Amino acid sequence: MSDTPSFESRRKALKCLAYGGAGTLFTLAGGVLTPIELALAGTDPKAALGRPLFVQISDTHIGFNKDANPDVNGTLSRTIELVNAMPQQPELIIHTGDITHLSRPAEFDLAQQMLGQLRTTEMHTVPGEHDTSDATVTEYFNRFGKASNNKGYYSFDHAGVHFIALINVLQFKPGGLGTLGDEQLAWVAADLKARSSSTPIVVFAHMPLWTIYEPWGWGTGDADQLVSMLRRFGSVTMLNGHIHQIVQKVEGNITFHSARSTAYPQPLAGEGPGPQPLKVPDDQLPHMLGVTSVSVARHPRAFALRDSTLS
Amino acid sequence: MSNQISQQMNTAAVITWRALAVAAALWTAVATAASGAEADTAARVVMKDFMFAPAALTIRVGSAVSWTNQDNEPHTVASDAGVFRSGALDTNESFTFRFDKPGTYHFLCTIHPYMVGTITVEP
Repeated sequence: MSDTPSFESRRKALKCLAYGGAGTLFTLAGGVLTPIELALAGTDPKAALGRPLFVQISDTHIGFNKDANPDVNGTLSRTIELVNAMPQQPELIIHTGDITHLSRPAEFDLAQQMLGQLRTTEMHTVPGEHDTSDATVTEYFNRFGKASNNKGYYSFDHAGVHFIALINVLQFKPGGLGTLGDEQLAWVAADLKARSSSTPIVVFAHMPLWTIYEPWGWGTGDADQLVSMLRRFGSVTMLNGHIHQIVQKVEGNITFHSARSTAYPQPLAGEGPGPQPLKVPDDQLPHMLGVTSVSVARHPRAFALRDSTLS
Repeated sequence: MSNQISQQMNTAAVITWRALAVAAALWTAVATAASGAEADTAARVVMKDFMFAPAALTIRVGSAVSWTNQDNEPHTVASDAGVFRSGALDTNESFTFRFDKPGTYHFLCTIHPYMVGTITVEP
């Protein structure tokens, strides 16, 4: 932190972030997940004390070009600059879906090229419904299907934490919520079976893994079965994107956290005809795309949640 | 059994689709550019304010239906039974499907699955 020039550059990057939005940085301290505010990574020495575990990026919507943000490439670029300017590079980055807006090949190609600029060892993704909206549902899997053998769900371990990537955007039933499905749920049960309850677990999917607003399909219909399998674990973090705004819930040892988009905001639940891009005055956009933190002070029951926006 | 599928851009350019095999129904949607005439005579459904309008439509067998997105957010139209499925339709884009078999076809938007509708095809 003593290198003034780079510190300055980080400050500049932070200003960019304020406009562009970004991910959420998680660090691992004493075996407990301690999410901290990404915005602090460059400015607050305390925030950099933990070992960066991973960064979550979501809803980049490459291909979107309407009023709510005509330059989603620019805001993603600034997000990438910010992450690359962090004092310690995260070894792992996850993208929680809606990589593209219309599932078109050129959108995927550009997104892959841009995300490839992130300085990280490992990148993992799950698809959003915008990534599986091509008629043949093949474009996402052609590019990102290898990790899951084209199933869309898989798990991996990183720094002592067990990560479970799930897909809840394919088996839509009329009326709306996302679905995990029996096959995927059975796979999760098998995946968790031999794991010690002290293993920290991170689950990530595109749509919320708890019901935030049913009329707009903001939830996963069979997520209760998933949650019941996770209750025995001491530290569980459930991450999603989809709704382009921070919503959080803590239930026992399970923290649910919904990330912002790097592209554009969406309305609060139920405001307007549907979850469409929200056009806000230019000077408000930074507030809508800023970073919000989840701070877990002590495990398992003492926790502090802090929402803040950048401007 | 084949049906013509087309998806028209707002520029009236016609996109052809890759063949989509729907194993369950053993239907094949052949990648064929529908004639402009067919799209012109098709019954119309619009996607507006996150709803299909009309949500229920009755047509004669052999007729086509054209769905047009009038929202600022992409939509799709997909049959519950996998009989047809559009790609993402951006603002003002359309998808046309011709129904060669009588029956009741329920459909939804896979991006906003609470958007639903029904086409009834009479003999």
